[in-house]
Amino acid sequence: MEQRHTISALVTNRSGVLTRISGLFARRGYNIESLSVCATEDPQFSRMTIVACADEHVLDQIVKQLDKLVDIKKITLAEDKTSIFRELLLVKLHADADVRAQIMQIATIYKAKTVDLSLQSMVLELTGEPDKLDAFLKVAEPFGIIEMARTGVTAIARGDVSIKDTVDYDELI
Amino acid sequence: MKLTGAQILIECLLEQGVDTVFGYPGGTVLDIYDALYGAQNKINHYLTSHEQGAAHAADGYARASGKTGVVIATSGPGATNLVTGIATTYMDSIPMVAITGNVALASLGRDSFQEIDITGVTMPITKNNYIIKSVEELADTVREAFYLAGSGRKGPVLVDIPKNVQQAVCEFTPKTPSVFIPKNVEDAQVQPAATLVINCKRPVIMAGGGIIASGANEELLRFAEKIQAPVCCTLMGLGGFPASHPLFLGMIGMHGTVAANRTMSEADLIIAVGCRFSDRVAGNRDKFGYGAKILHMDIDNAEIDKNIRADVALLGDNKKTLTALTAMVDTVERAEWIAKAQAYKESARKPQSIRAEKIIRALSEKTGGKAVVTTDVGQHQMWTAQYYDFEDPRLLITSGGLGTMGFGVGAAIGASIAKNGQKTYLVTGDGCFHMNLNELATAVRFNVPIVILLMNNNVLGMVHQWQKLFYGKRFSQTTLDRKTDYVALAEAFGAVGMRITSDEEISPILDKAMACNRPVVIDCLIGSDDNVLPMIPAGKSTDDMITELED
Repeated sequence: MEQRHTISALVTNRSGVLTRISGLFARRGYNIESLSVCATEDPQFSRMTIVACADEHVLDQIVKQLDKLVDIKKITLAEDKTSIFRELLLVKLHADADVRAQIMQIATIYKAKTVDLSLQSMVLELTGEPDKLDAFLKVAEPFGIIEMARTGVTAIARGDVSIKDTVDYDELI
Repeated sequence: MKLTGAQILIECLLEQGVDTVFGYPGGTVLDIYDALYGAQNKINHYLTSHEQGAAHAADGYARASGKTGVVIATSGPGATNLVTGIATTYMDSIPMVAITGNVALASLGRDSFQEIDITGVTMPITKNNYIIKSVEELADTVREAFYLAGSGRKGPVLVDIPKNVQQAVCEFTPKTPSVFIPKNVEDAQVQPAATLVINCKRPVIMAGGGIIASGANEELLRFAEKIQAPVCCTLMGLGGFPASHPLFLGMIGMHGTVAANRTMSEADLIIAVGCRFSDRVAGNRDKFGYGAKILHMDIDNAEIDKNIRADVALLGDNKKTLTALTAMVDTVERAEWIAKAQAYKESARKPQSIRAEKIIRALSEKTGGKAVVTTDVGQHQMWTAQYYDFEDPRLLITSGGLGTMGFGVGAAIGASIAKNGQKTYLVTGDGCFHMNLNELATAVRFNVPIVILLMNNNVLGMVHQWQKLFYGKRFSQTTLDRKTDYVALAEAFGAVGMRITSDEEISPILDKAMACNRPVVIDCLIGSDDNVLPMIPAGKSTDDMITELED
């Protein structure tokens, strides 16, 4: 049964790494929903968060095939119950004077920030779990979305553990 | 000492113990070739007719010796000509380092003359690849490339060096190369596997290329004898278990023996060592190993549960895991099960029929199953796997995973060089031979003693057979009807040409070719309707095995 899974990976900070990873997904037919990359506390490594839609067997293969890549130093699954997930959304809505107040109301309820205001539109910024962003968009949609940009989710595990504690494939053989 | 990038590359090759490279010069590797010129007494470079031949030669060299093959090519078309050869090594997990030149950094990304993003092109077919942006990182990158090629599950690595990096100068410090040392396995890791083995009644061992890659043929023999399990080999594993051994069942899979396939389907435990359940072996993944438990022993974690679900997986180098496992299991007797397997072997025995079989069996007898035999791809490849009794590892040199037609001549040259000029045999077809016969010139130039047995049936045999069986004999584009006179062709290249036109000529001509010290091409006329049997059609299981075909 296909489910959404979030994979976190520490990758070497070299050019071509992104191509290599997305190439792997493409040729093995894995489904990427989103991919975000950022710097880490160590300049040698970047952190990549990939959301993939897959069943158990495919997920197992995704993690193992990624683990095999030289550029992937550590890889782990961000479990629902033991991780924190956050995503950023910027959405530009149709907003003339008539509806502005209503939009502000929704923004207040969801704790979204107004970051831009024009005669016919406004841009709202929201950070939170992906589900919260989805819900917000559902409510905002009737006003008319001119455009939107989502960063894709990033995740970090709760507690004292760190991705650096996971055992890489190379260390097993 | 201060050296140019090109000189540093040569020093790194020498550090790694490389004394043989295959390649073809060009504009963006002028500096590398200049450095090679200075190292002539230390590194033997073999110039081929085509970069593809050089790649296949480096591949054949690696398969025959266990060392990492090295191929050098120029940028652009030179590099792209390596692609098939690199993909061939990737699919069969052969250690190779491909070195390509590229245009200077300032010219990159401007569609310059002979510029190609070879790292982009070869990304999916290499373990990893590198483009070197500064001469300071050259030495360590080359060292990393060699380590990667020869470690874990081996494979090809490409290093792309822009011209200006080859010319730039920097300080070079020699370093002893780090060698991959497989981890020891803990008893706790092995215990689940041992339990499966101890409790089984009808085990079968399936040995693949991993046995040869890890040099674990002796450990396999000891293990098989201790637990009295019949052994079959995948195409890539042939030679990993001696063909003359009573426990040997032959090759498994699509064109495997009746004994191997039937015994496997009645086993209650399949011990898969160093193999990957390819679609040539496990055609029907739902039916394969039905009713049996599966123990999968491999060095690549990603292969576990990829194609077939394993009941127990034992991750690690086969030499280590087999040794540990052998120590934890008991010696057993299994007379009834062994007798059953033997019965299958006996019942399938039939008189020699097709000429290709007679030729290959004759070769096998005359060489005691100990010659280096390279093949191309197709019917002749399967006949070689079926009828040559390989006694030792690193004798069968064949493109299994990618199935590259045209692999043969280059690979045979590389294999012979790897074995210090030992006579090497190439079994090929007329289709395959036409693809890379240009390398015959290379064999003659370096006087590499290869004996080419060209199975000449005027058709693209394997495709022709499938069209016969599954496409209503609509032989689309598989009849060659070429007028090539292979004897004349051989002589034109400076080799020796011979011909076998009847069964009686087989033995005397083979003797004559084997006594010859120059490259030989033997045009073997065989029937265009000869079939490779048995055959399990694609996607099917042992139940669907075809053992006979009406003509």
